[in-house]
Amino acid sequence: MTGTIRTVGVCGAGGTMGAGIAIVAARAGYRTISFDRSAEALARARKQTEAFFAKSVERQKLSAEERDVILASMQSSTELADLGACDLVIEAVFEALSVKQELLGDLDTICPPQTIFASNTSTLSITEIASGCKRPDKVVGMHFCLPAQLMKLIEMSPGILTSDETMQAAWDFTERCGQIPVKTQDKPGFILNALLVPFNNDAIRAVEAGVASPADIDRAIKAGLGYRMGPLELIDLIGLDTQVRLSEAFYPITLDQRAAAPPLLRRMTSAGLLGRKAGRGFFTYDGNAMFGA
Amino acid sequence: MRYAIQQAGESRSFPTGDAFLANAVAPEAAEVMIHLGTPLRADDARAAILLELGEECLGVHTGETLGGEGSNILGFCRYRNGADTPSDLVEIVRQKATPETAIAAARAVFESAGLQVAICDDQAGRIIDRLVRPKYNAALRFLDEGLATQQDMDLTCRLGLGYRDGPIERVVRGGLAEHYDISKALFEIYGSQGYAPARRATVAARRRGPASNA
Repeated sequence: MTGTIRTVGVCGAGGTMGAGIAIVAARAGYRTISFDRSAEALARARKQTEAFFAKSVERQKLSAEERDVILASMQSSTELADLGACDLVIEAVFEALSVKQELLGDLDTICPPQTIFASNTSTLSITEIASGCKRPDKVVGMHFCLPAQLMKLIEMSPGILTSDETMQAAWDFTERCGQIPVKTQDKPGFILNALLVPFNNDAIRAVEAGVASPADIDRAIKAGLGYRMGPLELIDLIGLDTQVRLSEAFYPITLDQRAAAPPLLRRMTSAGLLGRKAGRGFFTYDGNAMFGA
Repeated sequence: MRYAIQQAGESRSFPTGDAFLANAVAPEAAEVMIHLGTPLRADDARAAILLELGEECLGVHTGETLGGEGSNILGFCRYRNGADTPSDLVEIVRQKATPETAIAAARAVFESAGLQVAICDDQAGRIIDRLVRPKYNAALRFLDEGLATQQDMDLTCRLGLGYRDGPIERVVRGGLAEHYDISKALFEIYGSQGYAPARRATVAARRRGPASNA
């Protein structure tokens, strides 16, 4: 049986996603333990969390007293053993199967048998991640969107061995956090990335085929379909190297040609044109000039 | 840039009552001639001749010369999903050797009417259909395979990606049979699996009635 969730652990809480997830849980009244191997990253995340809740008070979404209670309920630790009292542990560590499997294997020895493990993976199989521990029935996919503290959507995916009780308890947790869960099968990319990664690759192939400039493609998608960002602007934001990694995660499993990294994407990545973080990708970002405009 | 319009039948880009139609001038006063459903007539004296396209390429009307094609004749299409109100987007279709002056004239006509312009090569599906049709096919296939419900897939795209509407509700509103027609035409040209019409679109096309080619 799965007990009531009172204490939530977040692994990888020094990162942007992990810190956001910790905010979501703490804001809903859960005692929250943020774990990361890096004390510096945890300290940085704590400052960001305090700044976030200060804004919430400014905007009158919280009273100062409520903020103080929430912050007091949030602990940080660089010791995995401190997650031993958690009823739910959500992992948001590096997106590599072996890393996540090893983490769940370690948590298996630390947490009581009823503790649920949730993975924030966006590309990996929940069933494969769950095979890293001895309680696959207690493992569930719980994919938050960035920034987690602002975005309501959560993709919830049971692995092959996930029990109905685990799925229900995790689902109830997300709803008590004020989130909006949607159920998907345990398939590569779930819904969001299964649709988005090939679509973004198609946009790159359109540039490569000379259909139109990046600026014209993005303008068409925004004006025609009402998207907030064009696909090439979005790829620049997430990073061209990340788009390569996503493609490489999907294509070998799905063999969907659209998921394969386009040659132009690989050439640009090799040339260091990684997008916004490098100052240049499909567009350039110095002086707001847009490459290809 | 002053424009005149020659029209036969209802235009998908500019339905009856659209202000763009009312702002046209007499042909003798216009630098640009716009054909809405009327046969193309070359006129080198104009800054541009603009031909409203359906799903076909501009080359179908102008002929092609293995990369040397291009004149003051351009194609255009205002993007519209099914019977939705036309969007603000006009895709202007150029050929390999289309003069920049003609492109600038075409752009000026539509931008001065408050529309947004995307210039694209004369390739099948232009920008929007080339990119969205495989996504619609994928979403319809995911629905068949039980990845999630239609409502959850659409909700996920609205909440997670900020889309105005989800892919399935959008393609259904635009017409599954019409999606079949467009996808099939693109599949014939590109041969890419992503354009192969999804099963649900094929079913819709086959139920369309005896006049169907599906």
